[in-house]
Amino acid sequence: MGHSSSKINENNVEDDWSNTVRFAGDSGDGMQLTGGRLTFEAAISGMGLATFPDYPAEIRAPAGTTFGVSSFQVRFGEGLIASSGDHADILVAMNPAALKVNIKEVIPGGLIIIDSSSFTDRGIKKAGYDENPLTNNSLSGLQLISADISHLTIEAVKEFGLGNKDGLRCRNMWTLGLILWIFSKSVNETTNWLEGKFGKDSILTKANIAALNAGHSYAENTEVSEDIIRKVIPITKPTPGKWKAITGAESLAFGLAIGANKAKINMTLCSYPITPASPIMHYLANYQLEGIGIFQAEDEIAACCSAIGVSYAGGLGVTSSSGPGISLKAEAIGLAVSVELPLIIINSQRAGPSTGLPTRAEQSDLMQAIYGRHGEAPLVVLAPKSPSHCFEIGQQAVRIAIKYMTPVMILSDAYLTNASEPWLIPDTSKIKESPVSFGKTQENYMPFERDPKTLARKWVKPGTEGMEHRIGGLEKDSLTGNISYDPDNHASMTDLRKQKVQKVQKELSDIVITGPKNGDILIIGWGSTNGPISEAQNTLSKSGMKIAHIQLSCLWPLAESLKNIVTQYNHIVIVEMNDGQLFNLLRVEIAPNAKSITQVSGKPFRVVDLIEKFKTLNK
Amino acid sequence: MGINEKPSQLKPADYASDQEVRWCPGCGDYAILNAVKRTLADSQADKKNTVFVSGIGCSSRLPYYMSTYGFHTIHGRAPAFATGIKITNPELDVWIITGDGDSLSIGGNHYIHILRRNLNCQILLFNNEIYGLTKGQASPASRTGTVSPTTPQGSIEAPLSACEVALSAGATFVARGVDTAIKQLVPTLSEAKKHIGTSLVEIYQNCIVYNDDVFKSFTDKSVAMEKQIHLEDGQPMLFGEEKLKGLAINKDYSALEIIDLKKNPEAISNILMHNKKNKTIAYLLSQMDQKTMPVALGVIYCVEKPTLDSNYTKKLNSQKNNIRKIMEKGQTWTI
Repeated sequence: MGHSSSKINENNVEDDWSNTVRFAGDSGDGMQLTGGRLTFEAAISGMGLATFPDYPAEIRAPAGTTFGVSSFQVRFGEGLIASSGDHADILVAMNPAALKVNIKEVIPGGLIIIDSSSFTDRGIKKAGYDENPLTNNSLSGLQLISADISHLTIEAVKEFGLGNKDGLRCRNMWTLGLILWIFSKSVNETTNWLEGKFGKDSILTKANIAALNAGHSYAENTEVSEDIIRKVIPITKPTPGKWKAITGAESLAFGLAIGANKAKINMTLCSYPITPASPIMHYLANYQLEGIGIFQAEDEIAACCSAIGVSYAGGLGVTSSSGPGISLKAEAIGLAVSVELPLIIINSQRAGPSTGLPTRAEQSDLMQAIYGRHGEAPLVVLAPKSPSHCFEIGQQAVRIAIKYMTPVMILSDAYLTNASEPWLIPDTSKIKESPVSFGKTQENYMPFERDPKTLARKWVKPGTEGMEHRIGGLEKDSLTGNISYDPDNHASMTDLRKQKVQKVQKELSDIVITGPKNGDILIIGWGSTNGPISEAQNTLSKSGMKIAHIQLSCLWPLAESLKNIVTQYNHIVIVEMNDGQLFNLLRVEIAPNAKSITQVSGKPFRVVDLIEKFKTLNK
Repeated sequence: MGINEKPSQLKPADYASDQEVRWCPGCGDYAILNAVKRTLADSQADKKNTVFVSGIGCSSRLPYYMSTYGFHTIHGRAPAFATGIKITNPELDVWIITGDGDSLSIGGNHYIHILRRNLNCQILLFNNEIYGLTKGQASPASRTGTVSPTTPQGSIEAPLSACEVALSAGATFVARGVDTAIKQLVPTLSEAKKHIGTSLVEIYQNCIVYNDDVFKSFTDKSVAMEKQIHLEDGQPMLFGEEKLKGLAINKDYSALEIIDLKKNPEAISNILMHNKKNKTIAYLLSQMDQKTMPVALGVIYCVEKPTLDSNYTKKLNSQKNNIRKIMEKGQTWTI
C-alpha cells in the first residue's frame, strides 16, 4: 500500500512502498535545508516523492518554544506518491518542543531521533512538558535514537576553529549524515553540493562536511546500528531526461514566463510581499529572464492596478497574492473585467479569515474567486493540482487571458506553493508559439466590437495610429465603448461578459476520470487535494471498490460535460479544504445530491482519513 | 477626420473627442480642459502616443473628452495604472488627471509613491477642496471650518497641502496654477510636459456648485495682482500691481516675509531670486498662508533625477536569460 510505512531491507523490497521522514526544529535550525537534501537524494534514485514544508508565520520565534517549530516532511518511494504522507516513519526532533509538536505525526513503531543535549530541565519546561518525555514512557512503542548531537557536532568541527554558536549551526548536517546512513546512502552527493555552494576551501564547507561525516559514521560506531533496520533506496528508472525537484511557486513562475514568451509579449509581475505568495516574485526577480520583469508595488491595490496598466499598454500584467491581498485587489479586478483586458491574478490561498494562518493551506477562497467582486463580474478560475501542474496552468492562464481578453484567477495554495515534486524539465521548444495579434490601424474602429467566436474585443495598444479611444469602468456602449447609461445596453453587456467567460469551456481539454466510467463513488476535488485523493482512490480501487476521481482544474466556467458524468455514479462526493464551497457550487450547478468531505485544519488531508470516509459512504 | 488625411498643424480643437462635456456649467474644469488642449497643440503632441489616465471624481472624466488614448480607472489609483503603462511603454506621454479627494485621500499612498519613484508623467491635481461628484462633502484639502453635508457644523480637521506632501515624497517637479488663469496655466503645463520625471501641477479649481469662491481671496481679479506671485526661474520674487512687493527670508524666523519696496527701496537686494532647484525655498513657497501672504504659482520646484520607467527599461533590457537555461539550473539529475 502506497501511503504507509513498510520496513525495507535489502532482502525485502516491496513493489509499492514509501518512507516518510519529518525533520523538526527551531525555525533557525536548518530543517528545511536538511529535508531538501534528503529529497534530492531520493530524487536522484528515481523515486517518486512529495514534500511538505511546514513552518510558522514568525520568522525566528523564541528558540525552544512550540510555536517556533519549523518542519519539513518528505515522502519518497515507488508506486503512486502523490501526497507527502499521513504519518512520519522517522521523526528528527532537534529539541523538546519539536518532539512535542510532531510526536503525534509519527507512526506506531516509527523511529525518533533526538538531540539529547536539548532535553535539559529548562528545555523540557520551555516546550510545555511537565516531565521529561524521554523517561516517562510516553515514547513507548517507538524506536529512539537519543544522541548528544550538539556535543558530537562541536567535537567534529572543533579543528576548524568555529565558536560554539557557528559550530552548532552544523547540527543539521550531522543529522543528515545519520539519516543518509539509515537509508544506506553515501555522503558524496551532499559533500559535492556543499563544496559547490560554499566553495571547496571555505571553513564553512569543511566544517559542514566534517559534521556530515561524523553523523554518518556515528551509527556505525555505536550500538545504534544493532537496533535500527537500515533501509535501502533502490534505483528506479522513470522517464529518461533531465529532472529537478520543483515547487509550485517555481513551476508557476516558469509557466507564466513561457506563456508570455510564446505569446511574444513582455510580462510584468506586479506584486506586494505577502506570505505565502512572495516566492513567485522572488523567483522571477532572480531568474532575470528576457522580457519578464517584476514591479514591487506600494500595496496590493497598486499591484493589481499596475498589472492592469501593463496589459493596457500591451504587456502581460500578472499580480500575485494571498487571501487578504486578493480582497484588496477586488475592485481593480472588477475594472479589468469591465474594460476587458488580459490580467492574471494568482491567489496562493492560506487559511482565513483575516490574517488567519498565513503559512497554512486552505481552499476557502473559491467563492471569492468566482463571485468576490461587486456587480456581475465573471472571470476564469483555474486551479493547479500539483507543483508540476502549475507549469501547465500558468501557460493555460496566459493563453486564455489573451485570447478572451479576460482576467484569469489561478487558485494555488500555501501547500502547492512550497511543496515540491520531481519534474521532467520540458523541452520548451516544443511548446507552440501563438503571438498576440494586436489591433492594427483600421477605419471605423469600434473598441467593443467582438470576435464572434470568442466574444473577445480587440487588444489595441496606445501608440497605434488612428485607433485612439477611451475605456473605463463606467458602463460602455456595446460597440463604441462610449459611456452608456442605457438599460438595455447594460443588460446586453452583462450577458456578453458572462457568455464570453462561458466560451472558455472550449479551451478545456476533456475531463480526466481516474477509475471506472461508472460505479459507486465519484470523488470530485480541486487543487492541492489531488495527492491524498488519488492515493485513497488508488487504494480503494485495488481493494475492489468502484471508485473514480476527477480533479477539476477549471473551476469557472464549469465544464458542461460534468452534468452527464455525475449521473454515472451512486455517490458524488466533493472533497476540499474549506467548509464546502465547491460542494455548494456543484449542488446548485451540477449535482444536487452530492455529499461533502471537508477539512479546515490548515493541513493537507490524510489518505487514511479519506479512505475511512469513502468506505463509510459506500456502506 | 479620416486616418489618412493628417493635417499639418493640429489645433486645440483637434484634441477634443466627439463626446459631449458633462461638467456643471461654469465649472473650472472647462478652463483646465482648454488649457490642456492648448498645451498639446502648442507642442503638436502626437495623439497616438498620448494617454490620459484618471481616477474617480469630476476631474477624472477628462479623458473621455480628449481624442487621445484614455483610461478612466478606479478611485485614487490612476498613478498605479500609469506606472504599469509607462514601464511597459516608456514612449507614451502619460497625463494623470486627479482631484484632491482622489489623490490626497483614497489615493494618498499612490500619490506618495509615484512621486518617490519619479515616473516620467504629468499629474494634474484639480484641487477644489471638496468632493464634487458625491455632492459636496469635505475633502482632506478642505479648510478647517468648511461647512458641508458631512460637516454641517464646520470641518474640525486640518487640511493637507498637495505641494508640501509632494516635496516630502521626493517630487522632482512641483507647480501650481489657477483654472481660469489660462495664460499662466498653459506655460506651466508645457513645463510639466517637458520635465523628465513626475510633474505635479496643483490647479486651484473652482467648484461652482459645492465650494464656490473658495479661492476668491487670491483669484478675484480685484486682488489677483496683490495676492499671487508668479514664479520665474532666475527672476526676483516680485509681485503686486507695480511689482513693488517682494519676498525675502526673515532671518529671525527662517520664513518668508513680504518686503514693501515702495517704503523700503534699498531692500531690493534682500529680495529672493527664484531658483527652482532650491528645495528649502520651495517648501517655504508652498507653505505660505493665503491670509497673510501671496499664493505662489508657476514652477515652484524642478530638478532632474532618474525616472522609474527609464531605470526599469534599462534593467529589463539587461536581462538576457533564456527560460530553458534557467529551468536547467540548480539541483538537477539526469536519468
